[in-house]
Amino acid sequence: MKRIVIIGASAAGLTAAETLRRRGWSGDLTLIGEEPHPPYDRPPLSKQILTGAWKPERATLRSLPDLARLEADLRLGQRATALDVEGRQVRLDNGESIGFDALIIATGVAPRRLPDSDLAGVHVLRTLDDALALRAALLTGTRVVVVGAGFLGTEVAAAARTMGLTVTVVEPEPVPVRRPFGDRIGELVAELHRDHGTRLRCGIPVRRLRGAGGRVTGVELGDGTTLPADVVVLALGSTPATRWLTGSGLRLGDGVVCDALCRAAPGIYAAGDVASWHNPHFGTRMRLEHRLNATEQAMAAAGNLLGDATPFAPVPYFWTDQYDTRIQAYGIFPPDADMRIVHGDPVDGYFAAAYGHHGRVVGILGWNTPRQVRTLRRLVVERASWTAFTVTPALRPATVN
Amino acid sequence: MKVIVDQNKCVASGQCVLATPEVFDQREEDGIVVLLTETPPEHLADDVRQAAALCPAQAIWVEEQEKKE
Repeated sequence: MKRIVIIGASAAGLTAAETLRRRGWSGDLTLIGEEPHPPYDRPPLSKQILTGAWKPERATLRSLPDLARLEADLRLGQRATALDVEGRQVRLDNGESIGFDALIIATGVAPRRLPDSDLAGVHVLRTLDDALALRAALLTGTRVVVVGAGFLGTEVAAAARTMGLTVTVVEPEPVPVRRPFGDRIGELVAELHRDHGTRLRCGIPVRRLRGAGGRVTGVELGDGTTLPADVVVLALGSTPATRWLTGSGLRLGDGVVCDALCRAAPGIYAAGDVASWHNPHFGTRMRLEHRLNATEQAMAAAGNLLGDATPFAPVPYFWTDQYDTRIQAYGIFPPDADMRIVHGDPVDGYFAAAYGHHGRVVGILGWNTPRQVRTLRRLVVERASWTAFTVTPALRPATVN
Repeated sequence: MKVIVDQNKCVASGQCVLATPEVFDQREEDGIVVLLTETPPEHLADDVRQAAALCPAQAIWVEEQEKKE
């Protein structure tokens, strides 16, 4: 093996490169990123970068000397356009082809859009440039409509509201963040936003964007009413960036379909938002768009590429910051899971909840309780029995720290 | 090695405590990182490097020092 190529130079791609070096790979290493910026961190984009609390440089993942120490052929502003699995080559948008002996795919996801998304004033948020463009619009805008009340939509709404704008969030589901966390937590998130003066229009679909003279003027809802807006943010979720792999022969489903080793084909691995793999801990296939997973999966994929043969079986972790509230979660949150508050009380503004599914604890959620969720995580790791857990009246303070 | 943490960047994920409880803790009130020792013993070096690599806020740095002969 002479050359390892990594496609994607964000958190997962960078971590894969660093892991390969840390683990002793001294051969050629090529890291290819579509964006012109050196690798940066995405979670601050919808928070500190948007509000201006951080300058963009603060989100940079590595200093230039640190990047140089990788001794990698780092190609920024170059996009992979095709993969030849048999011929062991990746084609780039500049026409060049790069040969590889092993490949790691970390191309992430692309935001979903609506028809007429090209109207001025309509934004998505995935890249640093997206965040800076949206920040500029928020600085001059007055009325913002956020379409979609998932994590990104609710974080953007909180940031815009903090900046003093009039903010409305539109969501077809009856409450925000319902898919990840269910109705009860969703209602608490709705309350949090209402308390801060953010308007919510839940349970109603968006029909179309309205515009005049090439600029967006509002968002028309399913009931025929129109919310006037000078800034519209589309937070409709993302699709895995796999179009360049069409026809490559790799299996594409919800992302690059990998086995439990994060392997898509012999010598070809995937990591981060783009990778769908079988997680043996939960016995289910998953694809995660979480910051920590980008790191953990890149480490696992790089290790397996070097011969570890270790199934990637993490307990997922993710978090969201909205106003002064931090929600943290470990595990999975199936829609038909049972949920129970196990520490604190929502009325006090801090609590932890456990989620049970098929007789096991599968998820832990914390609302302003970082130390408690870290301790309770053990229940998910150990697949604690849900029934044994729920017969205990409540967790004594001594059980959590 | 020398360890540096940035409490302003920390997002209280606790990954560092899971990786190296001998070196990291979390503040009681908000879960922000607390460094228990700036210069961890050699046998914890790999765990500390893992903690720095895992930190989802990139709030931990490790300065590797030349070994004195």
